[in-house]
Amino acid sequence: MTVQQSDLKLDGNAIGGLLREIFTMEMTTAESTCAGCLKVHAVGQVEVYMHAPGVVVRCPACGQVQMRIVKGGGRYWLDLTGIRSLEFSA
Amino acid sequence: MSSRGPRLLEWQLGAVAELVQETPRVASLVLDVPEWQGHLAGQHVDVRLTADDGYQAERSYSIASAPEDPRLAITVERLDDGEVSPYLVGEVRKGDKIELRGPIGGYFVWRGGDDRPLLLVAGGSGVVPLMAMIRHRSAIKSMTPTRLLYSSRSEDDIIYRAELDALSAAGDGLTVAHCLTRMQPPGWRGYARRIDRAMLEEVGWPKPQNPIMFVCGPTPMVEAVAGHLVDMGFDAPSIKTERFGPTGG
Amino acid sequence: MSFISRGFRGKRRDSASSSRLPPGQYVVNDFPVLSAGPTPRVALAEWTFVVEGEIDEPKKWTWEDFRKLPAEEVTKDIHCVTKWTKLDTAWKGVSVDTILEGVETAAEFAMAFSYGGYTTNLPLEDVSGGKAWVAYEFDGQPLHPEHGGPARLLVPHLYFWKSAKWVRGLRLINKDEPGFWESNGYNMYGDPWREQRYWGD
Repeated sequence: MTVQQSDLKLDGNAIGGLLREIFTMEMTTAESTCAGCLKVHAVGQVEVYMHAPGVVVRCPACGQVQMRIVKGGGRYWLDLTGIRSLEFSA
Repeated sequence: MSSRGPRLLEWQLGAVAELVQETPRVASLVLDVPEWQGHLAGQHVDVRLTADDGYQAERSYSIASAPEDPRLAITVERLDDGEVSPYLVGEVRKGDKIELRGPIGGYFVWRGGDDRPLLLVAGGSGVVPLMAMIRHRSAIKSMTPTRLLYSSRSEDDIIYRAELDALSAAGDGLTVAHCLTRMQPPGWRGYARRIDRAMLEEVGWPKPQNPIMFVCGPTPMVEAVAGHLVDMGFDAPSIKTERFGPTGG
Repeated sequence: MSFISRGFRGKRRDSASSSRLPPGQYVVNDFPVLSAGPTPRVALAEWTFVVEGEIDEPKKWTWEDFRKLPAEEVTKDIHCVTKWTKLDTAWKGVSVDTILEGVETAAEFAMAFSYGGYTTNLPLEDVSGGKAWVAYEFDGQPLHPEHGGPARLLVPHLYFWKSAKWVRGLRLINKDEPGFWESNGYNMYGDPWREQRYWGD
């Protein structure tokens, strides 16, 4: 069976649990402004590639990497440099 | 219900109280989860399995039960080359415990209580979170006009068929349109092709009615449907999507 | 110790100790597809491979030129940092020694870069001396895009994230710099035999 790459693409819902570990609150409704194209999307709508040595989150409009998350060896590494701003409710 | 919940999302154990075979490849696991805090329709749980050598596999499954139901149910499609699904649908017995955490998600949820009509578009096992919404709608006796467009491979693959038939006959504003993409029984009067724009125009709500739309299923299907809805003039915040990866259909 | 799921075995894997299995790995029979983004679709007519950076004369090959280079068939074990190992994988490609032939450089490191934006860093001595290839066939067939085709880097003695899919060049650099994963948690070197998965390992 050939797994098409397009099929491996998920969305922010798929990392709801992982984000909840890191942010201690529900993040899929957070609005993220892409540092590349400045478009805003709910985290639930961003493109997520999970079948990798880590999680890669990309902007659904321009494809730029928004987040990288690695969890291993008892640690997390989080790169949010592809996000200009993340807005979520208090 | 605040989306904040408890500070930490802990792994909990649920005990399998009942197994329901929905279709030849799909079963629901009904669980007693003593520390369950409640959930919203559309949310999911992460399930974690551990083998005795310590190897772990984790998958997410949408919650099928309504928030009002006394027990938590997940519905799982057994994938032939899957790693977790053949265990959950095939090996698991009543009384077994499953490790899970949740509820997870806030974007793909329907709380009810507003007057926007609902369009639910499901591909294969993508119907599960939408069924939680439909069950919640019944439990709160909502009259929200709701249309479910549900694509399956064949009649045998339709999950929750009897329950959907009954609910849509109740006359409280729920209609269900089925499409069977691979095989149709003789005399089939539903749709017999993949969901396309024409079908969405026939089944969906007109724009002035300001519907809220939830689309769930395999990634290619979700993207195609969301694309059509955008082309039809609906705005992105009204179209909520959840991609399930390469499964189902 | 976590809860154990009665009767769960998981996918077929063999973690029996063996001199071929680095610590913490298990052997699989399938070939998992891992990716950080959409598959780049590269037309062979547009494909190029370059060697650039700290080099007197950058080198560049088109697909046609590249396929004229002497190629080797090699069979290697590969080890992914996500813990699976696949034994005896068969590849055909051009040795990086051939690609670097005649290159004059004082650089000690290289950054491999790919269509789609992926990068990974390696010491130059880890891609020479018969240790690395730019591979375009797997198991006797043209390398499938899902697995990095038209061509990928193959550096089997390091964790497989260093074997950059869709590779399009090597940039020779004086100082080691972290690539895509190395800048976010993964080890700069990545020796599976010393279990160098993450920073600080």
